[in-house]
Amino acid sequence: MSQGFVIDGRHLPVLDSVSFSVPSGEIVSIVGPNGSGKSTLLRVVAGLLRPDSGSVDIDGQLIDEADPRVGLVFQEPRLLPWRRALDNVSFPLELAGVNSRLRRQRGEQLLELVGLGAFGGAYPHQLSGGMRQRVAIARALARDPSVLLLDEPFSALDALTRERFNLELLKLWQQTGTTIVLVTHSIPEAVFLSDRVIVLSPRPARVVAEVPISLPRPRSISALDGATFSRAAAAVRAHLAGSGDDDEIMAAAAADTDMLAQAGAPAWFDPFGRQD
Amino acid sequence: MTGRIRQALPVLAVAAVFFGAWKLVVVVGDYPPFILPAPEVVGQRLLRAVVDGTLAPHAAATLSEVILGFVVGATGALLVGYLLARSALAERLLSPYLVAAQATPILALAPLIALWLGTGLLSKVVICALIVFFPVAVATMVGIRSADGRLLELGRSLRASRWQVFRHLELPQALPAILGGMRVGVTLAVIGAIVAEWVGAERGLGHRITLARGSLFDIPLMFATLVTIALIGLALYVTVVLVERRLIGPWR
Repeated sequence: MSQGFVIDGRHLPVLDSVSFSVPSGEIVSIVGPNGSGKSTLLRVVAGLLRPDSGSVDIDGQLIDEADPRVGLVFQEPRLLPWRRALDNVSFPLELAGVNSRLRRQRGEQLLELVGLGAFGGAYPHQLSGGMRQRVAIARALARDPSVLLLDEPFSALDALTRERFNLELLKLWQQTGTTIVLVTHSIPEAVFLSDRVIVLSPRPARVVAEVPISLPRPRSISALDGATFSRAAAAVRAHLAGSGDDDEIMAAAAADTDMLAQAGAPAWFDPFGRQD
Repeated sequence: MTGRIRQALPVLAVAAVFFGAWKLVVVVGDYPPFILPAPEVVGQRLLRAVVDGTLAPHAAATLSEVILGFVVGATGALLVGYLLARSALAERLLSPYLVAAQATPILALAPLIALWLGTGLLSKVVICALIVFFPVAVATMVGIRSADGRLLELGRSLRASRWQVFRHLELPQALPAILGGMRVGVTLAVIGAIVAEWVGAERGLGHRITLARGSLFDIPLMFATLVTIALIGLALYVTVVLVERRLIGPWR
């Protein structure tokens, strides 16, 4: 698909023939330089923006407007400050006309799922930033979406909290089986969470590479210290650095893994970790 | 309890200073009661008027005019304010007339309105509504416009209807501004009612003032009536503040 905006009368291409598919139940991350159009891409996928050309579909069914099959989590929690946590979570159901008993039931269940069972009665201003983002994730799951889209959801959190949230997201994914598409600018986060990492070029965005991640699941935080993880991260970083030359990318990735080799890893080179 | 007393203390002190200064002016200037009655004279007259029932029916008349006019004016202002906020065309076409109407003194318009609509309840309600309209409409417009675009995008992603967007996203966000406009509006409504009653009325506190100053020549009664008007304005203002606290207090 392609997408551009008209700014000051000039057409500014943002997405240039971006194409990818996400197998059901996978976690796919999209990384790209700042301003590469990651968020635009996510909004097109969510049906909030219509592409100038091309299309988005889930299981062959076109998405051309906001769609209940898609749950969207923004960079900020975007909670309604005048509603308690429980009413924020069940807000999508209220809009969809679900009766209050079912709303309450589903809301409590979702809050439990994100570890906030005891906070249903709290107003957003009484919650921490991390708790608010959990409420936002619970809200995105309210209508049982088949795809969960996350737009840099943890970028406002400190490093340790962020790691914890990554683990919790994996747990959530295992419990719900939802397909997850995550936009992030953190390479470790992308590699740790994903089955595949899609690397975008600077604007106008093209898909530079799709890096498969073969870390075994379920993953624990110790995976962050393994060689497979480091090689995958190095490959993503090399693609992101914008070198179009495959040999250079290999060399860059090799240089990164050499440091690991010194720590006793085997000397063979396998940037995508296929042989692990 | 002691906390409450401590909070009330400065309020009482300021009131004491106000009445003390008033009394001082009367004593030092040696004014007769028909020029400037002392506070206790006004207080006694007010008490007598309340007891013998001269004020109550007039206060009730004025209060109902104010409340009706406020409800009518504020409702219209909410609708128009929303329209102005969401339609650039409506704003371009309507706002010159709104501003011009606001700039025309209500004092000048009131006789005309009384001429067209008579001196009954209707003309009072219309004058009150007119004077309430502008501040509430502007506050609504500003409030709706200040709605966070990110929350509106959330609404779009959840396929909220236009009504749902208004009810669940725009109105709650605009509420603090709207209630601010209503605070101003409700006190203006009191002025509107008094002006309307001056132009022509059979009852009401404005009518009472004209009477006390003119044929009765009872200046303490006139002051007592003024105090009643001020108390009504204060009570209405406090009511709006309480509504505000109830609606937006918990989440702010």
